[in-house]
Amino acid sequence: MNNLTIRNGRVIDPANNVDAVRDVYARDGKIAAEPAPNATVVDATGLVVTPGLIDLHVHLREPGRTDKETIETGTMCAAQGGFTSVVAMPNTSPPADNAGTIALIKQRAAAVGHVNVFPTGAITKNIEGAELAPIGSLKRAGVVAITDDGHCCQNNELMRRAAEYAKMFELPLLDHCQDYNLVSDGVMHEGYWSHLLGLKGWPSAGEEVIVARNIVLAEMADWHVHCQHLSAAGSVRLVREAKRRGVKISAEACPHHFTLTDETCKDYDANFKMNPPLRTQRDIEAITEGLADGTIEIIASDHAPHCAFEKEVEFDKAPFGILGLETELALSLALVRKKLLTLPQLIACLTTGPARLLRLPKGTLSAGADADITLMDPGREWVYDVNQTASKSRNTPFHNWKLKGKAVMTVVAGRIAWKDK
Amino acid sequence: MNWTRKDLIAARDLSREEIEHILDQAAHFEEVGEREVKKVPALRGKTLVNLFIEPSTRTRTSFELAAHRLSADVINITATISSITKGETLKDTAKNLQALHADIIVIRHSSAGAARFLADRLAVSVINAGDGAHEHPTQALLDAYTIRKKKGRVAGLNVTILGDILYSRVARSNIHVLTKLGARVTLAGPSTLVPRVFEEMGCRVCYNVEEAIADADVINLLRIQHERQRQTMFPSIGEYASIFGLTKERFARTKPDAMIMHPGPINRGVEIDSDLADCERSVILQQVTHGLAVRMAALYLCGSVQPAAEAGKA
Repeated sequence: MNNLTIRNGRVIDPANNVDAVRDVYARDGKIAAEPAPNATVVDATGLVVTPGLIDLHVHLREPGRTDKETIETGTMCAAQGGFTSVVAMPNTSPPADNAGTIALIKQRAAAVGHVNVFPTGAITKNIEGAELAPIGSLKRAGVVAITDDGHCCQNNELMRRAAEYAKMFELPLLDHCQDYNLVSDGVMHEGYWSHLLGLKGWPSAGEEVIVARNIVLAEMADWHVHCQHLSAAGSVRLVREAKRRGVKISAEACPHHFTLTDETCKDYDANFKMNPPLRTQRDIEAITEGLADGTIEIIASDHAPHCAFEKEVEFDKAPFGILGLETELALSLALVRKKLLTLPQLIACLTTGPARLLRLPKGTLSAGADADITLMDPGREWVYDVNQTASKSRNTPFHNWKLKGKAVMTVVAGRIAWKDK
Repeated sequence: MNWTRKDLIAARDLSREEIEHILDQAAHFEEVGEREVKKVPALRGKTLVNLFIEPSTRTRTSFELAAHRLSADVINITATISSITKGETLKDTAKNLQALHADIIVIRHSSAGAARFLADRLAVSVINAGDGAHEHPTQALLDAYTIRKKKGRVAGLNVTILGDILYSRVARSNIHVLTKLGARVTLAGPSTLVPRVFEEMGCRVCYNVEEAIADADVINLLRIQHERQRQTMFPSIGEYASIFGLTKERFARTKPDAMIMHPGPINRGVEIDSDLADCERSVILQQVTHGLAVRMAALYLCGSVQPAAEAGKA
């Protein structure tokens, strides 16, 4: 009975080049050309209707750290943020470097997930960067990509073989770009503020060196290496040049990296500590230019829940990362209001961009596709109160921020997964 | 002026007036230190906790003695005996100290921002005795006090800070205090330890030690911070000493009244020639004496501010 008729919204469907006021029909969980006779009718007048948003970079923390987040709570954050699909990172405990853990994640997601969960597997065993994980078994278990996210394989030879081997299974590599020697124990962007605050620097070069490495290896293996959460202007330039040459390289940007600068670390609040770190206004401009010209085709949250007691410590002792799913859409819509991106461009970064990289049959309102649909009100003004979050954690730098633009309904396979009160 | 800060966290937070007020107060306490009875009842009945989560002898001793001279009761907690080594968070340690009705917490910690972290969460006074590579405000204040006393002024003087700037909280606090008081600050040392970005804090950066000290009225030497050092910053202590050490030959070519300072502990033969450390133009030990007076001033001023006077911190 997953039948819906969504009336009179501004439908933006980048996969089909659609931007027009029209109706969208869901029938038996699929997008249909005609309305189902007994469908529930939703009036979307004044709203924007898009394919269900996809977040390529989410930490659900299950199994192992269910005190921070669970598949149930993390996917509710996603639903409230307008996301109908999330890609789960494998740095769980134990790590998702084996088929059994993938099976567990899929089982939990089917049982309690509010949105679709696409697991990724590790590139290397135990995410240690020393030996390849069983990539073929992971593929058979259902992963959509491999990544050592949170860590970065420093062994270039191993990374080369991972790319060559994963190509056989059509699994893209997602890489957290961080050179361990250059970054060492850096905790914030290396620049004026790190020097003023006496905090160890995480230089832009620590990311750029690995982005360059990945370009070389992607070209050598002729296979997709995707650079996660670009933070530095130089990384954007490297990816732009490589893409122009046709290298199978891609990149994502996170809202915090195009919203906040390193100056926000000045009060030593670990809610502004993430990896890679917040950088400068020049980096923000480079990232938004990269989004505008298509160098960066994906926006992702890097939703990284941590317990309050873990974050409320000395800045250099706190774990990296912040919540992201619930604020991602509003922070991204700010780029549209600033006329840096068009609304269809932005929606593409949240739908077709990730779907294409992972070859997911998602991110489209084509007839026959899964009826994953997001309804949003781009003009809605609201205040993000983290005490109302669906997450088990509270680590956000955006608490009490006045935001504009909000998801109001999230539809997964024709079923209303969440709607705004 | 009316002193309103319960905490002393960073020299960067202080106005020129506040800095001068502390120095004036310190001058009064220095005079107390020369009396036969060296104690005043200014903080009688108050409890001071020296919370030292990083090894230190001279700073801890200086604060302890300063507190005794103000008639406060003192407890020393060091990392080796504290619960921190048992996994307690800094927040919990601090809240426990507050629950014991401590009035002033003096904190030394290896993490930048640790003093601020406590001050934001506690109603009691928090004095920063050095937080990672961030700040060590009482050291900079005692340095400024020493300069003012020996030279009669700070404004218009050329002060060269030579050594490991990158990892030095003393350097940062000195930069803020000295520039606010109108001195011209030059930073010198190996390029890996003195990045150009410090120019944005109002300093001159110079990699030629002779040039850096040629016009200096004050040369403040810093030791190499082995404990905060990344491995690859310069080839060897020997090369450092030969290129950047203050030798007799180099010192002979400075202004005749140039004065040598060092926050200690000194590494003889590395950043400074051993004889120079003891020469009459060295004020290293007077800095230690002045430190006592400056810390008395800081404890007295901050410890006398009623916590309730500051909003939102109860």
